[in-house]
Amino acid sequence: MREKLEQIKAEALKQIQNSSALDKLNEIRVSYLGKKGELTAVLKSMKDVAAEDRPKIGQMVNDARKEIEAVLEETMAKMEAAALEARLRNETIDVTLPAKKDRIGHRHPNTIAQEEVERIFIGMGYEVVEGPEVETDYYNFEALNIPADHPAKDEQDTFFINGDFLLRTQTSGTQVHEMEKGKLPIRMIAPGRVFRSDEVDATHSPSFHQIEGLVVDRHITLADLKGTLAEFARELFGEDTRVKFRPHHFNFTEPSAEMDVSCFKCGGKGCRFCKGSGWIEILGCGMVHPNVLTMSGIDPEKYSGFAFGMGLERIALLKYEIDDMRLLYENDIRFLKQF
Amino acid sequence: MNTGLSWIKAYVPGLTCTGQEYCDAMTLSGTKVENFARLDKNLEKIVIGQIEKIEKHPDADKLIVCQVNIGEEVVQIVTGAPNIKEGDKVPVVLDGGKVAGGHEGGPLPEDGITIKAGKLRGIPSNGMMCSIEELGSDRNMYPEAPELGIYIFPEDAQVGADAVEALGMRDTVFEYEITSNRVDCYSVLGIAREAAATFRKPFVPPVVEVKDNGEDVRDYISVEVKDPDLCSRYCARVCTNIKIAPSPDWMQRRLRASGIRPINNLVDITNYVMEEYGQPMHAFDLDTVAGHKIIVRRAKDGEEFQTLDEQVRKLDKDILMICDGEKEIGIAGIMGGENSKITDQVKTVLFEAATFNGPNIRKSAKRLGLRTDASGKFEKGLDPHNAEAAINRACQLIQELGCGDVVGGMVDVCQPMKERARIPFEPERINTLLGTDISREEMMEIFGRLEIAYDQGREELIVPTYRQDLECGADIAEEVARFFGYDKIPTTLPTGEATAGKLSYKLRVEQKARDIAEYCGFSQGMNYSFESPRVFDRLLLPKDSPLRKAIVIANPLGEDFSIMRTISLNGMLTSLATNYNRRNKDVRLYELGNIYLPHQLPLTELPDERMQFTLGMYGEGDFYTMKGVVEEFFEAVGMAKKAVYDPASGKPFLHPGRQADIVYEKETIGYLGEIHPQVCKTYDIGTRVYVAVLDMPCIVAKATFDRKYEGIAKYPAVTRDISMVVPRAVMAGQIEAMLEQRGGKLLEGYQLFDVYEGEQIKEGFKSMAYSITFRAKDRTLEESDVATAMKKILNGLESMGIELRQ
Repeated sequence: MREKLEQIKAEALKQIQNSSALDKLNEIRVSYLGKKGELTAVLKSMKDVAAEDRPKIGQMVNDARKEIEAVLEETMAKMEAAALEARLRNETIDVTLPAKKDRIGHRHPNTIAQEEVERIFIGMGYEVVEGPEVETDYYNFEALNIPADHPAKDEQDTFFINGDFLLRTQTSGTQVHEMEKGKLPIRMIAPGRVFRSDEVDATHSPSFHQIEGLVVDRHITLADLKGTLAEFARELFGEDTRVKFRPHHFNFTEPSAEMDVSCFKCGGKGCRFCKGSGWIEILGCGMVHPNVLTMSGIDPEKYSGFAFGMGLERIALLKYEIDDMRLLYENDIRFLKQF
Repeated sequence: MNTGLSWIKAYVPGLTCTGQEYCDAMTLSGTKVENFARLDKNLEKIVIGQIEKIEKHPDADKLIVCQVNIGEEVVQIVTGAPNIKEGDKVPVVLDGGKVAGGHEGGPLPEDGITIKAGKLRGIPSNGMMCSIEELGSDRNMYPEAPELGIYIFPEDAQVGADAVEALGMRDTVFEYEITSNRVDCYSVLGIAREAAATFRKPFVPPVVEVKDNGEDVRDYISVEVKDPDLCSRYCARVCTNIKIAPSPDWMQRRLRASGIRPINNLVDITNYVMEEYGQPMHAFDLDTVAGHKIIVRRAKDGEEFQTLDEQVRKLDKDILMICDGEKEIGIAGIMGGENSKITDQVKTVLFEAATFNGPNIRKSAKRLGLRTDASGKFEKGLDPHNAEAAINRACQLIQELGCGDVVGGMVDVCQPMKERARIPFEPERINTLLGTDISREEMMEIFGRLEIAYDQGREELIVPTYRQDLECGADIAEEVARFFGYDKIPTTLPTGEATAGKLSYKLRVEQKARDIAEYCGFSQGMNYSFESPRVFDRLLLPKDSPLRKAIVIANPLGEDFSIMRTISLNGMLTSLATNYNRRNKDVRLYELGNIYLPHQLPLTELPDERMQFTLGMYGEGDFYTMKGVVEEFFEAVGMAKKAVYDPASGKPFLHPGRQADIVYEKETIGYLGEIHPQVCKTYDIGTRVYVAVLDMPCIVAKATFDRKYEGIAKYPAVTRDISMVVPRAVMAGQIEAMLEQRGGKLLEGYQLFDVYEGEQIKEGFKSMAYSITFRAKDRTLEESDVATAMKKILNGLESMGIELRQ
């Protein structure tokens, strides 16, 4: 009996050793360990063994079974590992072949710049609003302290529809619309399209975009204006950006200023972008003129505010080093794809 | 405005600073320096030399050899210049010196040209004699310079002296950007006043004293102003025994630095005073003034008048004229007449210094198409006090320069002048507005620098008349801020009630539109809001189309930009055409931009500005690709209901069989389709173009960002596939409407998985196959549930003439 068992075991191990495929191993498992397998047959033949020998023989059968199973498992694991390795080896691809991409479109550089500005001011608690592009003379000029005969009206090269209506030359009219709503405090920015009768060339367009800003509350100061816009400049152009405020004149603000930022190309050393000055003019701003507050129904004795306005194209052109404004309105896909 | 620094320094004698320091400080105090340039840039080692002897060059016909006395020595210089003779005094650049330009003129090299001793055809030459171009200027500024050759100094020039100094080129010229409110700064005195205040130096204006000849001006001229609303002051003075000659060097230099070409003493004096005081003046030949009488009145409609540039101008009744006893002799504030022009034979001059109505001058100049230096100043509204000061200054210069004798007195027709403005002095409010803590004393010191007086009793500031821009407390705050220093004002952030930063709802929906368009491969374009009225024909719109009712711009940049667009397609098609012509493949563009629909024309109220979401593409993709983009967008903005596509959209610019109105909740919110081949041809696009236009106001009204979770189905679905033979005219939309209607509550969805037309299908029919899914939320469906629903559906199909394929 023992000999027979040893023989079965040796035969099984030999077969395992000689087998080369996984399914072959399964066959071996079935033929030795399965219900009709040889070891099972040995167990079945136990009835012929003397009763006192049975536990011993049983033990031997089990040992043989465990040994075969262990070798079987080990061999299978090895084979699986080898098979996986072979598969992986075969599946090697050329990773430098071109990518398969979903064609994602691109935002216009103006919009990217606009969203940047919006993001910064939204973070400071400003609401983004809009105003009409075809405007009345009142909102574009008069309510901004630019009376009927004022030369500033000529300076802006207005497109007129008729005596009362025009294409807005500035987004500043949105200030008045917002103040007339009568809800204080106000913290708003208003991006939008404006129009001036400039012939098309590399630096001019009869239609371009501005972003207006307005804050009205109690105790708003010129210092607040400076602080807010300095913060804005740092967010937009980088942490190291310095700002410079120069006195200027706008009818609807007093005091008024223009803000320069240290050139974000050369850091202020002077280069072709800043024409050697180290500074780039970026926006106009000032404290809302008391006449404007009064006309919009806000008491300048109780409230004050600041306003600012900047050209979007100017920022986009500077930021992306675009040298011809006409590219912005040509919509050549090779241009748009770069943003 | 350009002015030499030396002229400013004449009135601010204490001013000592470099050009850069001056530029920075003035810009920070509000007189912005655009740029500045040294006139003597790259002019080195240039002296006045006298030519003592000229000999022929032994080996060159066109060259001469000159012995030039440069003061302490005589140097030999070889030149080819044709215009010099022995005894001439000329600018000489010595060995190692520099000149600014070449003798041909043209752009100046950045680093100038260095001159070195050398030999010309074997003869040593130790320097160079210079033309005015080599000195960096031109004959426009130095008209006495010869057209070709070396500049020659007057006989009294000092040999050995600095030639650059003698030419008035030791100066730095500043170009200012003056803001429109500071009309007083369009003058040398105005800028000098600002410079004095900026650098805290005394301001020393010219002392004007006129020595007259004892005669009375009223014996020479009378003045009548018939339209005092347009002429608030008219000052007239007379000078006799006029002797026309060149003006002195110092005056010529100052004018040159300001970019004004010297002419003669009389013209130069009027120009000089205009620069100095910012007050335009006019000089008439009194002998041509009929009746020795000046009448200031409006012109008559349709009259014609010849201005001194010899152009005939058409007048109207709103143009103010200067007339004599018989006729018009000048357009007030704009240009004098040919008929009273000063000639070299002039004996007696009538000076006019007046104050005209700014807006009137501005409009007149615009209508006449004639903007002059004078009108540019008058239109800003001048201070009437300045007229008197300027005319007296001119008379003083006539007398001092020996140009003529000044007749005593001034004819002055003057409307009552405005009182000097008084503004309450409220230092607390100034500090509150600026966010500063500037002391009262410091403010008073600033006012002192600005010649703003203080009435202690009434606590009011009294503003000088030339500061017409100072009207209220905020203006005073700006003056304080300017001279305290904008850079010294602290930087703080607004305090107070917090506000929520956000996009308006409309802008949020637009942002989503951009996102989806870009996910789907569309890039953002931008087009102008105005276009040509020919666009309507290009888009095949019928003559009576309401879209042809467009807002017309009164003063457009040409017809191509003359109407406000009422349809967004032209911009899109133009952009696609640009790409197509440049051979860009597979182009997808979108635009978010307004159209402008007037409620009525002419405009009496603001038009309806409607944001259009316009998508256009050619190349890869078709009608259904575009439809997919539209539906992706609807999904993204929460428009979960089924959009209906109505082929009866009737758009003439779209392919008649490939277009649809997009209807959502029974409202048409846009359209899509393939561009009509004829329109493609018009735009020069040789391929199929697909567009979709969505009306954003409609979308915004229907969009929502609210979402509600619906439980994920727990029970299994049952699917039935049906294959049908469908009459060709029946559209998928009709079948789907029927499926929804008859499928009942158990219908979960359906999917078209095959459409086929062709051989195996009988004529006039097509094969379609749908997979229909049923599911209940609360139980597993029984076979009988599905059978009932399918029966209804099959009955419905039958009623539409649809057969099931076996």
